[in-house]
Amino acid sequence: MKLGLVIDLDTCVGCHACATACKQWNTSGTIGPLSDQSPYGQDPNGSWLNRIRTFEVNQANTSTALVDNSKSASCGSHTFDLHALATQGESALAGVGSNGSPASKTVHMPMSCMQCEEADCVTVCPTGASYKREEDGIVLVDQDKCMGCNLCSWACPYGARELDEEQGVMKKCTLCVDRIYDQNLPESERKPACVLSCPTSSRVFGDFDDPTSEVSKLTVERAGQALMPELGYKPTNRYLPPREKGEVAAMVKTNEPALSKLKKWANRMIAR
Amino acid sequence: MKPAFSVLFFTVTSGIGYGLLMWLVGMQLVSGSVASATEVDVNNFLIMGFVGLTLATLGLLSSTLHLANPKNAWRAFSRFRTSWLSREGVFSLLYYPIILTYAFLVYLNGGELNSLSQIIGALSVLVALSVVICTGMIYASLKPIRQWHNPLVTPLYLLFSFTSGALLYVSMYAGLENEVPRSITILFLVLLVVSFISKMLYFRSIGKPDGATIGSATGFSQAHVRLLDAGHNADTFLTKEFVFDAGAMKLLRLRYLMIILAFVAPLSLVIAAMAWDIAPAIFLAMLSLYSGLFLERWLFFAEARHVVRLYHGDQRA
Ligand code: SF4
Ligand code: SF4
Repeated sequence: MKLGLVIDLDTCVGCHACATACKQWNTSGTIGPLSDQSPYGQDPNGSWLNRIRTFEVNQANTSTALVDNSKSASCGSHTFDLHALATQGESALAGVGSNGSPASKTVHMPMSCMQCEEADCVTVCPTGASYKREEDGIVLVDQDKCMGCNLCSWACPYGARELDEEQGVMKKCTLCVDRIYDQNLPESERKPACVLSCPTSSRVFGDFDDPTSEVSKLTVERAGQALMPELGYKPTNRYLPPREKGEVAAMVKTNEPALSKLKKWANRMIAR
Repeated sequence: MKPAFSVLFFTVTSGIGYGLLMWLVGMQLVSGSVASATEVDVNNFLIMGFVGLTLATLGLLSSTLHLANPKNAWRAFSRFRTSWLSREGVFSLLYYPIILTYAFLVYLNGGELNSLSQIIGALSVLVALSVVICTGMIYASLKPIRQWHNPLVTPLYLLFSFTSGALLYVSMYAGLENEVPRSITILFLVLLVVSFISKMLYFRSIGKPDGATIGSATGFSQAHVRLLDAGHNADTFLTKEFVFDAGAMKLLRLRYLMIILAFVAPLSLVIAAMAWDIAPAIFLAMLSLYSGLFLERWLFFAEARHVVRLYHGDQRA
């Protein structure tokens, strides 16, 4: 088994529900508590296993697909490309300047441990506290063995490990290992807390080794991306790029005289 | 990366300590006896060995200071097969019985080496070498930091250990015997020049843009990507650990200062000391090299940019 997450960047609204649910579940879970430092003070700090960053993705200066991927490109000419859209007509989109500046999209990117296949965080750990499970590929930290040297967090490219300042041991996403196998929970709830809490169902949990699983299918259909593949960690989690939204009905600017505009408006009002 | 004093002190100080011990034992092995190699008597040999071991130990002790949970430090010896940090721990511990046995044998035989002490001495040099290599590899093995994941990093750790060890040797010799030992001083000068060239090559190699970008970090490799919001309004573990900005100008100035303290000043001082036989210049050179190496290690951290910074506003690694 190769358990992991698929995260849909098209539908994620960046509400931080997954991060909050994660913190709530895991602070009383197997690796808990997840301590906070001055949570109500000036400089609230604490260990989180999931963080959401927001990026502006701007296509303005390039005519290629948003995501460099043959799969999405093969979906036809309808690859996400606001720039082309913006330059199609005189004023295809309201407010698009000649510099094409609004040809951008806001993308929210939740990040937690990618459960890498080549997890250097495990290799560098001198105490054996960090380990990767044979059976499902989940990477865990044995809280009783960790000496808090931080080396594993240095070895992780994705910022998935955070030292708990109070206990002096390393914390990271467990993929809710204490939920997903719990026979006492109804089948539908044997999922990580983040997946259950996501209001837009942007997070999908499953087995990437099984080609019929939802995560595998989504990855193929929507050209799921691995982050920083060049570092060779072979992260399991996949990110689905934003989809082509189609043309938005444009506001057409006319040179109608004000009087006829007023008449039209009055007619519409009366017709109601 | 944020420079942590305990780690700077550790790598510089134990590097010098192991370097000194390697020279001390290595020279004796080559010449077959304590006296003919170093022209110091057994007592002075023991003094120098003691200083070397103390420095190595102080460094090691300080390295445990940055552990958040030191009560589990003993477990660090358990992953010798995979972890460089574990290997470093094992070798550094293994070193003590070996070097102490060697010193004891030398003392017993009044400075003469027999075949047993030769074997143990050679072993001690190998183990000391391994400790320093492990220290370098701890950094060189970290792929997310391209300034560390560089083929010159481990050779540089070794070179600095040799160089600073040699100078400490020379200065202690000068202090104890009141003269400058020629051959090892020349060796030191050669090593210093080689270290300098290697360090310049290292600067050149990390100066080239390379590695991950915000595009590959987010999967949008063809678009222009920019961080809008990191998702938190106070510092996090990640920003505290990985985001350290000294400013390009300051870094450059410190590089120059480092070159002066670690290379130019020791070189001129030692040459002066040799030419006119002024021993005090050697001590000054030692002081300058030590502070220069401290600065070198500080820069090694300050200039290292972990890729997680791409998720906190950086455009490239
Ligand atoms: S994301 Fe980081 S912590 Fe998780 S397995 Fe990969 S390297 Fe390790
Ligand atoms: S912080 Fe803990 S888990 Fe991480 S490398 Fe050190 S001992 Fe291992």
